[in-house]
Amino acid sequence: MSIIVGKETKLVVSGLTGREGTFHGLRNRDYGTDLVAGVTPGKGGQDVEGVPVFDTIKESVEQAGANTSMIFVPARFAAPAIDEAIESGVETVIAITEGIPVLDMLKTYWKAKEAGVRLIGPNCPGVLSPGKANVGIIPAQFFDQGKIGVVSKSGTLTYQIGNELKQAGEGNSSIVGIGGDPIVGSDFIDILTMYEADPETELIVMVGEIGGDAEERAAEFIASEISKPVVAYIAGFTAPPGKQMGHAGAIISGSSGTAQAKKDALEAKGVRVGESPTETAKIAVETLRS
Amino acid sequence: MDLLEYQGKQLFAAHGIAVPSGEVASTVEEAVAAADRIGYPCAIKAQVLIGGRGKAGGIKIAADAEQAREYADAILGMDIVGPHGEGPFRVDQVWIEGGSDIAAEYYASVILDRGEKKLLAMVSAKGGMDIEAVAEEDPDALVRRHIDPTRKFDAAAARTIVDDAGLDEDVRDQAAEVLVKLAEVASSEDASLIEVNPLIVTADRQVVALDAKVTIDGNALFRHQELAEIADTVDDPQEAMAKEKGLTYVKLDGNVGILANGAGLCMSTLDVVAQAGGAPANFLDAGGGSKAEAIVNALEVITSDQKVTAILFNIFGGITRCDEIAKGIVEASGQLDLKVPLVVRLDGTNSEEGLRILAEANLPNLNQEKTMLDAARRVVELAGASS
Repeated sequence: MSIIVGKETKLVVSGLTGREGTFHGLRNRDYGTDLVAGVTPGKGGQDVEGVPVFDTIKESVEQAGANTSMIFVPARFAAPAIDEAIESGVETVIAITEGIPVLDMLKTYWKAKEAGVRLIGPNCPGVLSPGKANVGIIPAQFFDQGKIGVVSKSGTLTYQIGNELKQAGEGNSSIVGIGGDPIVGSDFIDILTMYEADPETELIVMVGEIGGDAEERAAEFIASEISKPVVAYIAGFTAPPGKQMGHAGAIISGSSGTAQAKKDALEAKGVRVGESPTETAKIAVETLRS
Repeated sequence: MDLLEYQGKQLFAAHGIAVPSGEVASTVEEAVAAADRIGYPCAIKAQVLIGGRGKAGGIKIAADAEQAREYADAILGMDIVGPHGEGPFRVDQVWIEGGSDIAAEYYASVILDRGEKKLLAMVSAKGGMDIEAVAEEDPDALVRRHIDPTRKFDAAAARTIVDDAGLDEDVRDQAAEVLVKLAEVASSEDASLIEVNPLIVTADRQVVALDAKVTIDGNALFRHQELAEIADTVDDPQEAMAKEKGLTYVKLDGNVGILANGAGLCMSTLDVVAQAGGAPANFLDAGGGSKAEAIVNALEVITSDQKVTAILFNIFGGITRCDEIAKGIVEASGQLDLKVPLVVRLDGTNSEEGLRILAEANLPNLNQEKTMLDAARRVVELAGASS
């Protein structure tokens, strides 16, 4: 098993005909993901290296059997594209796009909730289930198949930790990038719930950063609902308040959203928090083998 | 993007929320002339993007022209540090507005609640002071209510919040109307935070926004031309230069220049440098898929900060290719007169090729380290103490 993407994934990529969309869509296919369709309005009937392109996501669901949608559409058009995916009949929508206005995402979040569609992202690197499927931009070569589930707000930081796990001889059930925006479709809690239910996952690594209170909420949730060991890392101890650190959501507002508060909340519930990515990977490996 | 008080008030006025009329000034002469036009007493208020201005001496009431001159002279050029250590912020502008006859001070806000994924409206009869302190000492005095995203937020819904907050009965309709308009400002201007503290009742029972704290979502500026122009004017020199070059850069106080790819890895790099005893000079995310040119630009921005005495490159190549980064470093060394040592840690995609390019170039002042921790220790050692 793995979570969110796997052998059963049938992927449709919105924005497949764009430069980035083509590059990553085909890269996902090369990895073994079942890429069944692309969508670009007005380009229905064309194909991208043998992958049929449709005008709408709905058509790709009906005619190509797509069940998972990846959004690779420029920011100002992305929220309507996600909305279209939510209404198309796919089960999962993975939005890679960075820079979507947050109030647009607010509306889109509730549409996804109401429709019962799992939304991952936006502003995320996607989901990789090693050996099975890759949907997004995660470089698969740094991850092996294994027992550790990873959930993270950050891309490169996750690659760093994944690579250290791999060098230590451990692998991953899945790697989920939930995204660094203030409003994301799935929070730590949603993904922790899925890992708890996934038989392949024996330990969970959670990578957070400054801003919001998703880590604090996760700490409460872990204490009451998660039986598997969780190891965490938090980035942004040296971030000054009031400054946005790259990700739209990575900002300390007044006294809330600090790395220290998140670390304290997690440790208070018995979650071990690594000082550096290296130490986090080390703790995860030790815990798994103990 | 945060708005200055007067910019927020202009936005409020455009949406029909009552604010005191005033003028902005950036010199003492302009300030005195404005005060003369507005009449006395008038308030002279430092325009900086931070709370706690009053305590810091950035807000004064002038009774006459002489005082207006004295206060404007004191406030313009002042450095203000925020209550949570933000800043310091230099005061370049003051806002001068007519003195208000205050009968009561309330608090009203509409903010994005990230956890609940809803807008949150808050009202309190205890305005004019630090609202976080009010919430802590007397939680019931701050009424918090989420706005249902599927329904229109109207005067009736706003009125229940105002009622529960226990505002004076005769002004509840007015206050409810202000709350509805604040929610309108949030949705139509893409504001993720709007705070009015204090929202006052004047002696003649008018409800007026005496302050304005507004944060606009930077991702939505493409549909707000006027706000986008404000955004272009508020950066410091290095931040402005970085913005022009399309880089995500935040200036900090230390002397260790930092370049990493990805926001999370970059934040983590700052932390690890600090753990090694160093003081980061900046956050700079070169972004995914960085090409050589981006590296040249990034180095130019980092070295334009005179405090920088050593620079750390921490790259974990995913989409970003380490050979491109290495080419960029070699190119930048040729174009810029780099006077400070570089420490480079390249890992991930094409790292071997990248390391080979750097070895062949044999640049003076370039140090390679294999791990993030070793690289951090090395750069701290080379940077020396931060002045």
